Amino acid sequence: MDYFLELFFGGLTRGSIYALIALGYTMVYGIIQLINFAHGEIYMIGAFTALVVASALSLLGMNGLSLLMLSGVIAMIYSAAYGFTMEKIAYKPLRDAQRLSPLISAIGMSIFLQNYVLLAQTSDFVSFPALIEEFPFMESVTIMRSSELVIVVTTAVATTLLTLFIKFTRMGKAMRAVAQDKTMAMLLGVNVNRVISATFIIGSALAAVGGVLISSHIGQINFYIGFIAGIKAFTAAVLGGIGSIPGAVIGGLVLGWTESFATGYVSSDYEDVFAFGLLVFILIFRPAGILGKTTSEKV
Amino acid sequence: MKTDWKPLMQRVSSEMIKSIVVSLWFVFLTFPLMVMKIRPLDQTIEWRWMNLVYVGVGAFFLSFVWRYLMARKERGSEKDEGDSWQKRIGMKIRSDKRISVSGLIGVGIFVLIFPFLFSSYQTSIMITALMYVMLGLGLNIVVGLAGLLDLGYVAFYAVGAYFYALMNHHFGIGFWAALPFAGGLAAVFGILLGFPVLRLKGDYLAIVTLGFGEIIRLILENWNELSYGPSGIAGISRPGFFGFEFTLQQHTVYLFYIMVALVALTTIVVSRLRNSRIGRAWIALREDEVACQAMGIDKTRTKLTAFALGATWAGFVGCIFAAKTTFINPASFTFMESAMILSIVVLGGMGSIVGVMVGALVLILLPEYLRAFSEYRMLAFGASMVIIMVFRPQGIISGIRQRYEFRKQPQQEVSP
Repeated sequence: MDYFLELFFGGLTRGSIYALIALGYTMVYGIIQLINFAHGEIYMIGAFTALVVASALSLLGMNGLSLLMLSGVIAMIYSAAYGFTMEKIAYKPLRDAQRLSPLISAIGMSIFLQNYVLLAQTSDFVSFPALIEEFPFMESVTIMRSSELVIVVTTAVATTLLTLFIKFTRMGKAMRAVAQDKTMAMLLGVNVNRVISATFIIGSALAAVGGVLISSHIGQINFYIGFIAGIKAFTAAVLGGIGSIPGAVIGGLVLGWTESFATGYVSSDYEDVFAFGLLVFILIFRPAGILGKTTSEKV
Repeated sequence: MKTDWKPLMQRVSSEMIKSIVVSLWFVFLTFPLMVMKIRPLDQTIEWRWMNLVYVGVGAFFLSFVWRYLMARKERGSEKDEGDSWQKRIGMKIRSDKRISVSGLIGVGIFVLIFPFLFSSYQTSIMITALMYVMLGLGLNIVVGLAGLLDLGYVAFYAVGAYFYALMNHHFGIGFWAALPFAGGLAAVFGILLGFPVLRLKGDYLAIVTLGFGEIIRLILENWNELSYGPSGIAGISRPGFFGFEFTLQQHTVYLFYIMVALVALTTIVVSRLRNSRIGRAWIALREDEVACQAMGIDKTRTKLTAFALGATWAGFVGCIFAAKTTFINPASFTFMESAMILSIVVLGGMGSIVGVMVGALVLILLPEYLRAFSEYRMLAFGASMVIIMVFRPQGIISGIRQRYEFRKQPQQEVSP
């Protein structure tokens, strides 16, 4: 039973991170129907920024929770800035182009950002300081680590805040309007460019949160981590029904548990095969994802 | 005569301010990653203040270039598309048989003497480029004509390569015997993938094909009994020629000619396919699925043939790849490869055969000739992908839609 619970919480942690990244994918997709392949790179940049900032700050003698908070916030600001700039350079000029052009631009951006970090920092794995310290009250708990608890709680809080933001604020309303019908929203006076920028900023900041937390949990990063995480998160977003925010969370959790249990009970070599196999399987029966709405085609 | 300097000065200063803002933004953006660097061993930070200056000055000047090009692009799109010079030249080449035939002969002669003009290294790169031309043409059937976004095309490439490698390793079967079967097996895999995804649309299809590609690669990586895992298969025989013994250099030249012949074959088949009944069904399906079915086109069959015929070429190229490198392992069949082939199709110009060829030559030769910049080469490569897409979203050479034009016959004077 303990083994099962361990796998359960491991999967929950992993799934939470996938969900945090998948939220960015799903929001961007909902608004401009673009698979933002460079989103994983934003997550990686968030992790690297946090590493650099945390190292600098710990040299100044800062530690503990304040270090985690400060480096996390700076990483979020920078990731958001990168997301914002990326949209302005690589996607905005392609708003009216054919559908695949921004996709290729995104792949180019992903290659560029990976190599930018490779050149500016290093190609090796670097160790990431454990910013999340063990809580005293968690000492007796063996099935779950403190960092896992922090990750799960943070994800829950972030998703709730995001849902509230989208439901109740002006900008959230504007986002939903743009997602439904861009032209109509524009006609009704919604500043579409600002909404798209806001979407990239929020999505990127969430990816940075995921990046900082998981790097601190795992303990090492390199310039290539964004690629795999990005593909997995994209899978999670599609699994849950792309464009839907609760869908991204559910997709992330399902993916995380699948991988965790497949690793624990079957074989760690085939963990990704199970993840993608599950995706194919679910999409055969629900072609629009778990929470996606199947829209009937109008002629 | 008095010149009014005021508006000009205003304009210059507003442009300067814009560029300074951009420059400051990029200085801010690149600060933590470019200026600070972690030394992991002793956990200290190296400060590189010079980078800040480079970024600032670079961004300042590049922003001028960017805005100039943007303004030019906007002016260009305002003009009527019909009288752009590219299109006129395209039309001219198409309509005038003499130019197209002599052009083809010129290219043909150049290609045939290519291995004797350039070194064996250059020939080898050119073989790779031609392989990607073929892969691009194959994917163009699926993505460009049938409009099915396939992100796992590399799976079929892997199937072809592993088929030949295993057949050669276990049974000693030669290249020429394996080639048609590699294509056939890839086609079977294409249909196998096609069945479950028939109902999926757009990006759902993209992610499932991506997953399929990854599954194939992971199986090859982990099923040691079949594929020898990550260490791969070595010592695959090169293509034979009626039992002649070739030196390594002659082999390269021989393979180059095989590739040229195969690319020519692919081009002919694909261009014939495009104007065939099935090709037009693909295009119709891409444009409007519902209308297409209403016209009595079998959706299932049309989609499956697109997958199968697209996969076939990847199977052929996989077989050639195994024969060229004589060593394969799963690392050659990652998602990046699929992305590269898709980029070739979109960058070159979707649906256009010449476009795909240009796209393949650009994307494969560019990193090779960027080797002078050594470590900056992939950085420049990614940047050029973005730049080409931003300034030519329709691809380098956009496909020309076939249309029938009704020309008025000159009225003959009726003599009274």
